[in-house]
Amino acid sequence: MNSIEAKQDEIVADFSFFEDWTQRYEYLIELGKSLPLIATEYKTEDNIIKGCQSKVWVHAELDQDRLVFTADSDAILTKGIIALLIRVFSGENPNNIIEANTTFIDKIGLKEHLSPTRANGLVSMIKQMKLYAIAFQTQLKP
Amino acid sequence: MFDVNHIRQDFPILSRKVKGFPLVYFDNAATSQTPKQVIDVITDYYSRYNANIHRGVHALSQEATEAYENSRHYIQNHFNALHPHEIIFTSGTTHSINIVASGYASLLKPEDELLVSAMEHHSNIVPWQMLCEKTGAILKVIPMTSLGTLDIEAFGTLLTSKTRLVFVNHVSNALGTINPIKTIIDQAHQVGAHVLIDGAQASPHIKADVQALDVDYYVTSAHKLCGPTGVGMLYGKEALLLKLPPYQGGGEMIEEVTFEKTTYASLPHKFEAGTPHICGGIAFGAALKYLNKIGFETIAAYENDLLNYATAALLAIEGLKIYGQADHKTAVISFNLEGIHPYDVGSILDQLGIAVRTGHHCAQPIMDYFKIPGTVRASFSFYNTKEEIDRLVAGVRKAQAMLQ
Repeated sequence: MNSIEAKQDEIVADFSFFEDWTQRYEYLIELGKSLPLIATEYKTEDNIIKGCQSKVWVHAELDQDRLVFTADSDAILTKGIIALLIRVFSGENPNNIIEANTTFIDKIGLKEHLSPTRANGLVSMIKQMKLYAIAFQTQLKP
Repeated sequence: MFDVNHIRQDFPILSRKVKGFPLVYFDNAATSQTPKQVIDVITDYYSRYNANIHRGVHALSQEATEAYENSRHYIQNHFNALHPHEIIFTSGTTHSINIVASGYASLLKPEDELLVSAMEHHSNIVPWQMLCEKTGAILKVIPMTSLGTLDIEAFGTLLTSKTRLVFVNHVSNALGTINPIKTIIDQAHQVGAHVLIDGAQASPHIKADVQALDVDYYVTSAHKLCGPTGVGMLYGKEALLLKLPPYQGGGEMIEEVTFEKTTYASLPHKFEAGTPHICGGIAFGAALKYLNKIGFETIAAYENDLLNYATAALLAIEGLKIYGQADHKTAVISFNLEGIHPYDVGSILDQLGIAVRTGHHCAQPIMDYFKIPGTVRASFSFYNTKEEIDRLVAGVRKAQAMLQ
């Protein structure tokens, strides 16, 4: 098991303590509120992923051979899920990011937030994170 | 006597549960629910007389053709069109608008002006922008006031001898505003401009009389008025439809085809290329019949009562702002909670089995005007109840408590 999978399992374990959707959402809202997300200088039009509903900004930097993500959204629930995605993907090797799946979202009962009808920018965000990984992977190659 | 509990029994979907709660369906402006009287018509069509129309000599084709054309007549009478062939069956409002917009490509010249209202749905903006790109015509915008009403004075000054077309919705989908379309039509006609009214949001609540309005084009979708998706209509004055070039080529829309030249069929077939949504067309008429049986005045009065009840209850929530405060509104409430994103409110309401729409409602210019990312929109129908509104209000309070 690589660390991306391990982190996903941890999140699934965390969420298993919640008894109902209210507790899951309250936790997400807390995550969304408390996480330092993206530096203002990166909250630009270029870094924006426009959903029909909420906006998402995402930025990536290379720290040695690891990718560090920062992101933000104007909707707090979207932001909470972003915080989870960052916990899973940030600090990982581009190769692992490219190959990773995000099944944990389904396992913690938040699948509907990744549905295309939500148009909240999250699906595009995951795609964008993987695109960053592909781009930086090329840079890392000698 | 209008009895909502009796009416609700006509709608099988209203008895289902969502996330453990009885469904509260307040997304009626996006699509309405279907009563069993209309579902029965659809089932009957596929069970008994499904056939292609206008070309078979066999019994089923004749029955299907008759039902389809009878439905056209019913729709004609409902909207008080002069001729049945002025009712063109389309796939919906968007298709209807595109037929007209594409037809004017050969009728406009550069510098001609088109006027669009600031509160249009994207489907009543984009086809005209494409038309302007093709022809060099200029698109101008009739501004909106902070109450969400059209600035009719400004409209008067925008109208000139260069104005060729004006397109406005009868009712705004995002705000519920009922626009003064008779005034708009009369003023536009004074400068010789044609007017297209998007009736998608109005037709479930208001019976439009196209002759009394003297409107040139009136368009709507069946699924907004208890009918199926994928079918709608374009009403156009006969004289205008005759001049308008066909939109799509294909079967059904021709009179004679040779490789040298094809002559087009007469109205309405000129605009109905290919096999249409036959069952949908029949069900469209059945849906209007269902609404007429209840009565549009009864519907409007009941929905207005719901609107007033919900407006008062929602405004009692601190920090809640309603967008669209026109005197004349359909039962639509677009709102936001201070400091809270509409997406978050909608997601929490969804967990409570309450269906509302969130986002920009395909009317981004309105959201830009109010400088907001979107709104939460609750839109009511005659089958909704005050008890359901109470659940919405409680849900909004819960969302506010969780998100603040």
